[in-house]
Amino acid sequence: MSGARAVAAAVRSGERSARGVTEEALAAVAARDGELHAFLEVLGDEALAQADAIDAAVARGEDPGPLAGVSVALKDNLCTRGLPTTCGSRILEGWRPPYDATVVQLLRAAGAIALGKTNMDEFAMGSSTENSAFGPTRNPHCIERVPGGSSGGSAAAVAAGFVPLGLGSDTGGSIRQPAALCGVVGMKPTYGRVSRYGLVAFASSLDQIGPFAGSVEDAALLFDVLARHDPCDTTSLRSGAPSTLETVEDGVPGVRVGLCPDLIDGCAPDVAARVYEAAEALRAAGAHVEEIRVPEFAYGLSAYYLIAPAEASSNLARYDGVRYGLRVDADDAAAMNTATRTAGFGPEVKRRIMLGTYALSAGYYDAYYAQAQRVRTMVVEAFERAYASVDVLLGATAPSTAFALGDKVDDPMAMYMNDVCTIPSNLAGHPAVSVPFGSGTDGLPVGVQILAPALQEALLFRVARAVEAGAPAPVGSA
Amino acid sequence: MSGTEEPGHAVNGGPGHLSRSDVIHVANLARLALTDDEVDMFTAQLRTVLAHAADVAALDLSHLAPMAHPLPVENVLRPDEPQPCLDRAEVLAAAPAVEDNRFRVPRIGSEPA
Repeated sequence: MSGARAVAAAVRSGERSARGVTEEALAAVAARDGELHAFLEVLGDEALAQADAIDAAVARGEDPGPLAGVSVALKDNLCTRGLPTTCGSRILEGWRPPYDATVVQLLRAAGAIALGKTNMDEFAMGSSTENSAFGPTRNPHCIERVPGGSSGGSAAAVAAGFVPLGLGSDTGGSIRQPAALCGVVGMKPTYGRVSRYGLVAFASSLDQIGPFAGSVEDAALLFDVLARHDPCDTTSLRSGAPSTLETVEDGVPGVRVGLCPDLIDGCAPDVAARVYEAAEALRAAGAHVEEIRVPEFAYGLSAYYLIAPAEASSNLARYDGVRYGLRVDADDAAAMNTATRTAGFGPEVKRRIMLGTYALSAGYYDAYYAQAQRVRTMVVEAFERAYASVDVLLGATAPSTAFALGDKVDDPMAMYMNDVCTIPSNLAGHPAVSVPFGSGTDGLPVGVQILAPALQEALLFRVARAVEAGAPAPVGSA
Repeated sequence: MSGTEEPGHAVNGGPGHLSRSDVIHVANLARLALTDDEVDMFTAQLRTVLAHAADVAALDLSHLAPMAHPLPVENVLRPDEPQPCLDRAEVLAAAPAVEDNRFRVPRIGSEPA
């Protein structure tokens, strides 16, 4: 499977058929996904029907769009009308949403083909995809290791070469961390850039949908398709449709890059070494690299693990056995609610609901939740100070390469530490991207992270492209 | 900070001293039933997370305003015009139980069925 841009160009010109491309993708999934379990549901018939419609459009002389015939893997918290959408949870098993997420509509309008729904940590809570109620996904580079999470299925599907593009959601790093562990590009846009309509809510002030791709160019291509104002999402920005693809090759001469030890020091030495090499690559490409300290980032993790559970405890109150999803019957409504939620949610979801309920409860609200919100202000102000002297920040994405399945499942705090470098951008609502850069001592991929101010995705992708261009040869074929 | 005030339910200590009864209380609020073993496990795990959050609780941030949202959110009004909405039959088809175009639930509280 070649890159999205090349596939779309070949399909638009009639050189390749969308059906042929789609059949190739389905064959690749059939051959290897039994081992990896990236997909919860492969949409074979629907994908082929979409492909035929695209081929018919090309035959009529119409342009099916910038993603013509390109297969996309959709995280299973994105609503697909009439097609299963589980969020990796028993409580939504068998649910078929009555509408499509806005991003799904935009993908179809651009000619893309939804190849399937991908595995994820239940309700996007996790950093390894082991919290899926339907079993873990395995890392295509080493099947004894996790793919990261929570969007581990989409990351693995791209890394395995099943699809050139994937969609994930990023609340505390759930796109960027699995991208790093799987050796692909993963990007979280500015909060509000991409409509959240039809994204099943986890923590609404932090959630953002974004692209996975095999290259920075393809990630920019997909971002440009998705970044649209949407009246169905009250937090959707009216910032117009950016064209980041146009400038992705413009280079970084004169760009001020802040190498941030606060996003490096807690990482494994092999990961840290790659970040410093990426900084050298940017310097060689003409960027001004300087070290910049942002010690406030250290408090982001604690604040996040109060704010996100608090919002989740409210958002997940809707799973009450009344309107959709699982119901476990009982004599009265309250007992039915309790029986349904007790049977339908897994341990991590219960943990976060209880943590959030506690942080919001009388007597603790100010000490925990309101204090965490003040930390959020502190982190935003720290970003502002940093961006007064640099244009972007550079650090690690994840503290280590992919860890072994089972390593951290019994230690929630150790699992949460995976998000330490990615959380600041979520708290501030800023865009950030993970780009593969060489490998660790175990031979597994390392991702470096670039962070930019709000709405600076074009600059973000330019810097990401320069990092990609300066990276060592990619980790051997997944 | 008001976090040191006595909360409205039975607890054995202030922030950072999460008790088993706190866990049972919040599980009840969240409509989750826990086994005794689960209460033990979640109490230990949530204590660890809250202990980590002690670094945040210890900061003096009284000069900063709490931030609920990354965007300046303001209220917006629009003309009250009918728009297409979800298909009722399709929505009800996803429900566990329906009756007369409504969601059917077991009796609520102690009212007669």
